[in-house]
Amino acid sequence: MHRHSKVRRDFLTFSAAGAAVLLAPRMAFATVASDRRFVFIIQRGAADGLHLVPPVGDPDYVRQRQALAVEASIVTRLDDTFGLHPSLVEAAKMYRSGEALFVHAVSSRYRDRSHFDGQNVIETGGSGPYQVKDGWLNRLAGLMPAGKPLPMSFAPTVPIALRGAVEVSSYATSKLPEPGDELLARVSMLYRDDAQLHGLWSAAMQVRGMAGEARAGQDPASLGKLAASFLVRPDGPRIAMLETVGWDTHNQQAGRLDRLLRGFDGMLAGLRDGLGEQWQNTTVLVATEFGRTVAVNGTGGTDHGTGSAAMLFGGAVKGGRVLADWPGLAQASLFENRDLRPTASLESLIATAAAETFRLDPERVARALIEGGSSGRTWSGLVRA
Amino acid sequence: MGTMNNTLEAQARIALSRFGLGRAADEALPGDARGWLLAQCSPRPVPAAIAALPTSSQLLTEFSRTREAAAGAANASAKQDLQAAQRRQGYTRYRDSVNARVISALQTDAPFQERLVHFWANHFCVSADNVSSVPLVGSLEHEAIRPHVMGRFEDMLMAVEHHPAMLFYLDQIASVGPDSRFAAAARARNATRERGLNENLAREILELHTLGVRSGYTQEDVTEFARALTGWSLEGEHAARGWYTGGFAFRDNMHQPGARTILGRRYEQQGEAQAHAVLHDLARAPATANFIASKLARHFAGDTPPSALVDRLARAFTESEGDLPTVYRALINSPEPWQEAGVKFKTPWEWMLSAMRGFGMDANPQSVARMQMPQLFEQLAQPVWKPGSPAGWPDTTAAWAAPEAIVRRVEEANRLAGQASEGLEPRRLMSDLLGSVASPVTRSVIEGADSRNNALALLLVSPEFMRR
Repeated sequence: MHRHSKVRRDFLTFSAAGAAVLLAPRMAFATVASDRRFVFIIQRGAADGLHLVPPVGDPDYVRQRQALAVEASIVTRLDDTFGLHPSLVEAAKMYRSGEALFVHAVSSRYRDRSHFDGQNVIETGGSGPYQVKDGWLNRLAGLMPAGKPLPMSFAPTVPIALRGAVEVSSYATSKLPEPGDELLARVSMLYRDDAQLHGLWSAAMQVRGMAGEARAGQDPASLGKLAASFLVRPDGPRIAMLETVGWDTHNQQAGRLDRLLRGFDGMLAGLRDGLGEQWQNTTVLVATEFGRTVAVNGTGGTDHGTGSAAMLFGGAVKGGRVLADWPGLAQASLFENRDLRPTASLESLIATAAAETFRLDPERVARALIEGGSSGRTWSGLVRA
Repeated sequence: MGTMNNTLEAQARIALSRFGLGRAADEALPGDARGWLLAQCSPRPVPAAIAALPTSSQLLTEFSRTREAAAGAANASAKQDLQAAQRRQGYTRYRDSVNARVISALQTDAPFQERLVHFWANHFCVSADNVSSVPLVGSLEHEAIRPHVMGRFEDMLMAVEHHPAMLFYLDQIASVGPDSRFAAAARARNATRERGLNENLAREILELHTLGVRSGYTQEDVTEFARALTGWSLEGEHAARGWYTGGFAFRDNMHQPGARTILGRRYEQQGEAQAHAVLHDLARAPATANFIASKLARHFAGDTPPSALVDRLARAFTESEGDLPTVYRALINSPEPWQEAGVKFKTPWEWMLSAMRGFGMDANPQSVARMQMPQLFEQLAQPVWKPGSPAGWPDTTAAWAAPEAIVRRVEEANRLAGQASEGLEPRRLMSDLLGSVASPVTRSVIEGADSRNNALALLLVSPEFMRR
């Protein structure tokens, strides 16, 4: 299947005009569209920070992790304490060129161990699960100039972090046969009185035709390239979200993470390569709902935990370092005697990375994104000015 | 329909689309909407398409044999071939099961009951995320959900937590009591792999199957419950190597000895009876009644279910000790689910099934197989039995109403219209499927379409047909 971009662009003009009246007026304190791009990648299922960014220099690491410990000899050494999992080949290159930053022993304010509550907290910025209805990424878009370009989800649906008052689009490569333009135009007519469907359809039509010409696959690397083909455009989105799943490794963790991380690494490379020169203007924030138990469980995996690792990638990032107030893995140092003790606030990291990417006031961004403002350790200088 | 007044027609349409799976071509509008639903609240025979499928024990045996053959392969390339054959075999079983589910939904004369099977399968979901769960996912619905959909909640809960698909999916079969004889023997022979607890099933039973999250249980309750569940495993002579050939088996040598305390209650039972007693109490807990009531209310009365309805359903659940038909009758006899059309945005599954029923698509196995159902639902963003998390698919508009998701439905509507039988006349079908619910805009756009194909596609993506 081949998307005909010329036809799409003609159609785009027609439907975009219809959408303009729908945009709710809102306070905008940035008045010029930024060149900067901010991408949020969520790792659903609780990615094990101790496996992705293993603390190979911690004297208790091997004793605690036993057979699951990633061997110091095969990791990419990041500093005296931390290594990077060997499947993250491209991420390691980014680290060496100063385009990757890792934050360890980080977590949101959520302290229980439900995936779905934990994801709700890191997507809404709420003080607890289901305290806030819309997502922080949508509220971030609300701080940008109104109108195009729309923030985008690179999936058929829109995840909670990106839902809210600001109109959002979504796109993913479809394998279904493409309908004719006549039908698409009549669908626009069909939805003209239906506020919800009209908005969704207009948003979909606005981004049709932006995707690269090549038929993209649905694997992680292709998804990274596809997202980049939108983000690289001058009229493309400045805010985007991608989802990754499968991190809930209760069994056979080593092999499963090997494969998952190779895919994830390909997604990062796809973004970097597709963005070309715009990679310099890009921040990619990667986070998960919580970490996993320090000890291995009975089935070669780990159970739900607390502290984990978050990551920043992109040419805009002041990388090549690991930020951690490392609590250590000695049994007495663990949170509730089982998990990596969190010493850094994911909410603060989100607010700072977003504010610095778009050169907005960090205090105001924190108030808009995080319920009750941000808490815990504050950061600065994560992203180039 | 000409003899039916507007209120009766509206109620009939709600019964068919909100409670059922959408009006089928040539299906009469029920004259007594509530009576039509109440009559579906008793057990029915298993649909033929489902009854013809292999059982979970047969699937496990088949799976283990191929796996054993792969393990004994002469060389690496033979092993790879056998593993590929195993993946194909698993996928074929999954596909057959998906097709049988579609066929049953097309053929049923009790669509409300069929919808409830789908509802409970999503509540107690397993996800086809790895090679060992792919062939088995459908059997959980067929063997543990369907037989109890008009029975008691506790029986369904017990059947689900004993089912191989669930025991695999939430890692229970390999969970070992740290002080069990099995663990002691492993330590004594210096086994390379230490065996111990896995708390996945215990946590998700509390959080997703019974009490619901934030209902007051603690990490210690989860761990204690996980200890009580040790030993819940499967039959099979090669169980030690992870190969299973049959249904539930309790393995006493893996069970953590001793009494457990969960949610303030002490369980002195030995062996299998211990976790059984915990499940029995969970099925009757007030939090469980509330959690189930709010999920049912959300499914039939809107994303933010009215609290009066939730309370009424919870009361029916508690007073009947979880007798599900009693709860369904309370639902049908409540006013809240009968509010004007369109309180729910259809999920891709609901939308696709209602479209196929509305178009009178052929339910014979060859026709359904040609439609490539597994791939189709993948493209519609709701692969069958594959929600990717034990929480199941979300049941809210915001999760499904998204720009690209609408485009996918337009693409599929266009494809379906191209396959529709010659006899389908758009104007008449609009009247059959939407009746007086169709807005003037919908009418004029469908009537003014430039082709029969586009008119039929527009009907399927009309605002009235996208919601139920």
